[in-house]
Parts: sequence; structure tokens; C-alpha cells
Amino acid sequence: MSSAISLLPGPQLAALTDAYHRALVRRRLRVLISAALFMVVLLVACFGAEVNLKTFFTYFGNFVSYFDRILKLDDGTRVWTNIPEWFWGLHKWLRMLGETLLISYVGTLLGTVFAFCLNFLAAENTSPAPWLRFGVRRLLEFARTVPGIVFALIFVMAFGLGPMAGVLAIALHSTGALGKLFSEVVENADMRPVEGIRSTGANWLSSMRFAVLPQVIAGYASYTLLRFEINVREASVMGFVGAGGIGQELLVAIRKFYYSDVSAILVLVVVTVFLIDIGTGWLRGRLFGEEART
Amino acid sequence: MRPIEAPDPAALRDRYPQMFDRPASARLALPAMLLLVLAIFVFGLVDLDFSPARLVAGLRQLGWITLMMLPPDPGSSLPTYLKALGETLSIAVLGTTVAAVAALPISLLAARNVVPSVIVRFPVRRFFDTIRGVDQLIWALVWINVVGLGPFAGVLAIAVSDFGALGKLFSEAIEGADRKQVEGVRASGGHVLHEIRFGLLPQVLPVIAGQVLYFIESNTRSATIIGIVGAGGIGLQLAEQIRVLEWQKVSFLILMILVAVAAIDWISSKLRFAIIGRRAMA
Repeated sequence: MSSAISLLPGPQLAALTDAYHRALVRRRLRVLISAALFMVVLLVACFGAEVNLKTFFTYFGNFVSYFDRILKLDDGTRVWTNIPEWFWGLHKWLRMLGETLLISYVGTLLGTVFAFCLNFLAAENTSPAPWLRFGVRRLLEFARTVPGIVFALIFVMAFGLGPMAGVLAIALHSTGALGKLFSEVVENADMRPVEGIRSTGANWLSSMRFAVLPQVIAGYASYTLLRFEINVREASVMGFVGAGGIGQELLVAIRKFYYSDVSAILVLVVVTVFLIDIGTGWLRGRLFGEEART
Repeated sequence: MRPIEAPDPAALRDRYPQMFDRPASARLALPAMLLLVLAIFVFGLVDLDFSPARLVAGLRQLGWITLMMLPPDPGSSLPTYLKALGETLSIAVLGTTVAAVAALPISLLAARNVVPSVIVRFPVRRFFDTIRGVDQLIWALVWINVVGLGPFAGVLAIAVSDFGALGKLFSEAIEGADRKQVEGVRASGGHVLHEIRFGLLPQVLPVIAGQVLYFIESNTRSATIIGIVGAGGIGLQLAEQIRVLEWQKVSFLILMILVAVAAIDWISSKLRFAIIGRRAMA
């Protein structure tokens, strides 16, 4: 029986297999070298981060049993057998959660307003002057790269302890993040309406208002809702540095080993974040149609 | 040439009734929404103790702080800060790697085209979601309780929280892979593990490598934050210097972070391009 695959004559085949093997060896060598380099980086990183596997294995049991402990009440019973005892501070915690939501709401709105004012200056196609664009862009970059909680630390020093510092920190960080996203939306906008408005003798402000804004407003709203989701998470830890919200309670509970409180607050935070995610997803679906829902 | 006739309002009204008599609900929806947004905003300002006096006093204080920050000056602690920066970068690289290594096998369980059974997939997905729902800082606090203060707690915190995020992204990358190559392996008599190794992994590895690099980049930022609660790195130094009001050192540290983040961004975008380029060649 003859083979269905036709074989090439010997010398021709040898040359081809040879080339194939060489290509294979080259590729393997490259992968090997990259892997070795990566291992070296990892080893250096292990020393840099003071990795101590002995501590890790000694205390890993603690990590697992930590979850066992936070799910136990003081009298040793499981938390879900006595819900009222588990959520004994529900009233206070819900108030703090409300404060957290308000912090992220007010912060997001302030950040949106600032980003809205700045983004037309930062976008390539609408900026009135190159030097202005450069300056605004660097400013937004700075606001976005410095983490929100660092701003919060500094603002706590300036404005005193309390939610005000958290709101301003979130507002500033959101300005940076949203300003960049907004200006990208503007850069994707169609410029022909702008020319149309310009040709009627309108100034810069009215051409932004009547030509660009109608095209970009939906994109803005969508990004703002997304930012709100992110800011709810961020606001939940602002309390760690004294900038208001539920984070303060959580920090105290973790530091003072009030185990069942830790799990109760964590459950509340996670549920709130889920609900906000679902809520904004629903709102996006309502506002911009099904395809915008993520 | 004749002038354009002025349109007759009554005729227009007849022709486009929906333009002239919009239902009240449609006309009022936007103002009502804006009013609601504004009302919550004002309520928030009142509830969160915003007052013009506090704002002005705080801004004055902030201006003073900014003046105190100039010029940035590390004093005599530059070596300490460089070491702390190295610690932060180590935390980011190591944490992300551990997360990626742990997330890859588990993410297979959450991918529809590898595990068809919903009973397995659903809990794995919710597991990833729950881990992601808890903030990185909270994980850092938990790990500090377990392994003590220091950068090691930071590595573990990043590893755990990114495990959730990467697991989700990996499983999505796997679901986006082409079925044909997997079927090819199966047709030639391959085992399930062969299908994964020779059919799936060559397709998803470049995507995954790109995501891991991106996470290392973004974790450089996160690693500065988790230092603030005591998990080592440059954030620890930053928080300390802010608390003792050494503003020149604070501004120097912030500058250092900005430069380091920019450098990592640059390196990782080069690497990402190299990896994607290699896939295009192969």
C-alpha cells in the first residue's frame, strides 16, 4: 500500500529538516534565555522584598485560621448561627457605609466637573494653544499618577481629619483619570460640525458647546459611572488614613482583633460594592442601550 | 428669484406632532435627573461637613504645605529611599508573578471551553469575584496580622488580590481562544491535557504575558500604597515623612515614585511590544 503522503527525496529533505531543527533550537534558546533572565529578576526581587519562606510556612496556618476566627463570635459559635449578634453594630456601620457612598458620590461629581472644564484644553483637536495643552496634560498626569490615598494623607494634614479630606482626594484623583479619558473621547469626535459652527462666526466656547459636546456627552456619562464604581472601592479604604467612611471602623476592628466585626464589615463592604456595580451596570444599560453594559 | 416662504406653524404642528407635544415624562426626565443629582450633591456637602470657612482655611494650609515642599530634598536619607524603592519594585514583580502562577491553573476551571459544567465554573467565578471585591489594602492589613510588618506582607497582599483579577482575565482570554486547534489535537488522539498544552496555551500565552506585564506596571503604583498601612516599600517612608511634616522629603519621595512609575511604564510597553511582535512572527 502506497503512503498518502509523498516524501521528498533524501538530500532535499535533509536540508529542510536541518533548517527546521536550527530554527527550533534558536527559538528554544531564546525562550530559555528569557526564562533565565526572569528567574534572576525574581531572585533579586525575593531579596529585595525580604521573602522569608520559613515565616510563610510557619504562619500560613494563621492565614487560614484567620478566616476561621473572623467567622466565629466571641462565645465560639459560628457567626451565621446568631445574625443579630454578628451584625450588632449594623446601625452604625450602615451610617458609615452611607458616608462612604456620599464621599465617592461627591468626589466623583467634583472630579467630573473639573475634568469637564479641563479636557477640551487637553484634547489635541480642540485645544486653543499648544502650550496650554502641554500644561493641562502634565497637570492631569500628575493628578492621576499620585495615588488617591497619598493625596488623602496630605489633605488630612491640611483640612483636618474627616470626610472632607477624602472627598477632595477622590475629586483630585478622578480629575486626572477622567480628564485623560474625556480628552480621548473628544479626540475621537467628528470635527466637521466644529467647522460648521466656526463658519457662522462663533467663538471657541460656543463651538465646543454646540459642535463637540453633543457628540461626547454619552461617553462622558459612561466613564463617570465607571469612575463612580472605582471610587466606591477607594472610598471604602480612605478611612485607613483618617479621611472618613467605613475604613476607619474596619481598621480598628482589624488592628484590635475584633474578629467577628471584621467579617461583618467586610460582608457589608463587598455586598455594597456588588450592588453598586450591578446598579451602575443597569443604569448604563438604560442610558446607552444594551451593548454598553459591561 | 422668490424669497423662501415662512413656514406655517400650524401646518408644522400637524405634520410633526411628536416634536411639539412631547409627553410630560419625556420633557421632565432630564431636568428631574439633574435636579436629583444636584440635590444629592448638596445633601452630601452638608452631611460631610463642608463649609466655606474650612475650605478656605484648608486651602491656605495646603498652599503653605506646597511652599514648604520646594525644593524637593531627600536630606541624608537618599540611600534609605533608594532601598525602599527597590523594595516596592520587588513587591510588585514578585506579587504579580505569584498571582499569575497561581491563577493560571484555576482560571482553566473558570473557562467555558475547558470546563463545560456550570457546577464547577460558577463557584470558581464567584470565588474570583469575592477576592476582587476586597480591596488590596484590606488584604495587606490581614497579611500583616499573619506574617508581621514588612514587605513580605505586601507581596502576599498583591498576590492574593491580583489572583482574583488575573484569574478572571485569564479565563476570559482562554474563552476567546480559537476552538479549531484544540479540536485538531483531539482528532489526532490527544488527551485533555494535551489539548490544553498544545491547543490552548500557545494561543493564550502571549495574551496572558501581556496582561501580567500590565499588572506589574499597575502594581508598582499599588505597591506604593500598601506601604502606607505598614507593608514595606516606599509608601511606608512616604506616610512616615507626611506624619512628621518633613515636606521637602515628601515631595522628593513623590517625585521618585513618579519617575519610577514612568520608567516601568516605558520598559513594560517595550516588552509587551516585543512579545506581541514575536507572536506575529511565529
